[in-house]
Amino acid sequence: MSKDYDVAVVGGGLLGSAIAWGLGRLGQRVAVLDEGDITKRASRANFALVWVQSKGLGMPAYTGWTVRAAKSWAQLAAALREQTGLDVSLQQNGGFHITLGEDEYGRRTDLVARMHNQIGAADYRMEMVPAAELGRALPGLGPDVSGGSFCPLDGHVNSLRTYRALHAGLKAFGVDYLPERPVSGIAREGGEFRLTTPAGEVRAAKVVLAAGNANQALAPMVGLSAPMGPTRGQIIVTERTEPFLPHALSTLRQTDEGTVMIGDSKEDVLDDRAMRQGINAVMADRAQRTFPHLARLNVVRTWSGIRVMPRDGFPIYDQSETHPGAFVACCHSGVTLASNHAFEIARMVAGGALEPELVGAFTAKRFAAAESRAGSGYY
Amino acid sequence: MFKRSDHDTRPIVRILVEGTAVEARAGDTVSAALLASGRDVRRLTAVSGAPRLPYCMMGVCFDCLVTIDGVGNRQGCLVPVADGMRIEIQKGKREIGR
Repeated sequence: MSKDYDVAVVGGGLLGSAIAWGLGRLGQRVAVLDEGDITKRASRANFALVWVQSKGLGMPAYTGWTVRAAKSWAQLAAALREQTGLDVSLQQNGGFHITLGEDEYGRRTDLVARMHNQIGAADYRMEMVPAAELGRALPGLGPDVSGGSFCPLDGHVNSLRTYRALHAGLKAFGVDYLPERPVSGIAREGGEFRLTTPAGEVRAAKVVLAAGNANQALAPMVGLSAPMGPTRGQIIVTERTEPFLPHALSTLRQTDEGTVMIGDSKEDVLDDRAMRQGINAVMADRAQRTFPHLARLNVVRTWSGIRVMPRDGFPIYDQSETHPGAFVACCHSGVTLASNHAFEIARMVAGGALEPELVGAFTAKRFAAAESRAGSGYY
Repeated sequence: MFKRSDHDTRPIVRILVEGTAVEARAGDTVSAALLASGRDVRRLTAVSGAPRLPYCMMGVCFDCLVTIDGVGNRQGCLVPVADGMRIEIQKGKREIGR
């Protein structure tokens, strides 16, 4: 096939879909080149938090970027609802990270202090809450709960419905979604990019690499780099129960349809076809120490998924100097940052250049500058 | 809707459905007993609240979910009746702590 596009987005997960949706909204002619149903896809395995607290230790710009996303998420949810009729069940009434035992409370208190002391970070009002106060916000807590931290910007969403809504939106905008097109080569010839896929060549004036961990292999094709360090996470899902949890927690949330999701582990393992039951046992134990009544619920599903994770945990947004018109985007938090991708990154790609004041800190050049910087992009 | 066979000579087991005494037979599952009771035993689904009756009767479809002796989301088609068993028709999601 040799249809011309303004932009080819490589990757049809949450991140690629959000950017493509944003480009479609701006009237761009866009193709999304995706893999198939059985690809490793964090977009279908994630925990669905829209999460701010504790992100950005070691990179204040990431805090600001995350706060911006949290504040524009409602706008994305409203736009998707208006366009597709789908309610993505965004709830942003603040979220808690629960601590069990005094040691954890002390360590969390230290983290909050370090975040507050970081120069240049946006203030997102993260604060410690002692157990006595916490009990008023979260009825049913167990005696092991020592307290927690709260951030008023935190929340969660139905991420599978968000994913579906973005794809419904792509169709409505006339974006061509092209599945079973893993990209094996990208060449820049005659002022356009030619992308090689098993189903033929796709040509576009610009290309956005949004293929998750696969960006590591794709980026060098257009003079970019995307060092990744993926990890495996596990999630436990219970049967549906009456609503009991008025806020999202960092490792426990109740979906709009009543199931309880318990997460989420972190392992340096990349096989998403298996899981370690010992890890599930610890997660389930912590969940029922947090809310003892959860012990009565049946578990109906468990799964593992591979996180998209830049090597230092912080997002990568970059544009190629050797291949003008080529961009790379990858991040761990494809749910939280979806609104930024739809509104900000899409606008920058359509305009032809990333805006340094917003995303300059996220260039992959930082890896060359400081190969082993300690950071916590992950919560 | 259902009528017991005249040849069914199994002993009677008394259960409580929504607090009302109902006669079942030894060996009935909860779902079979509910269907044979002649009462309106439709549960409501957890998300949309649609009415449902037991369907597959072999543990697969989960449309027979019912509260048995205070425990919600039990599969009625897999649980044999017992004397004095308390059955409640579940309206929607499983309740907290039940």
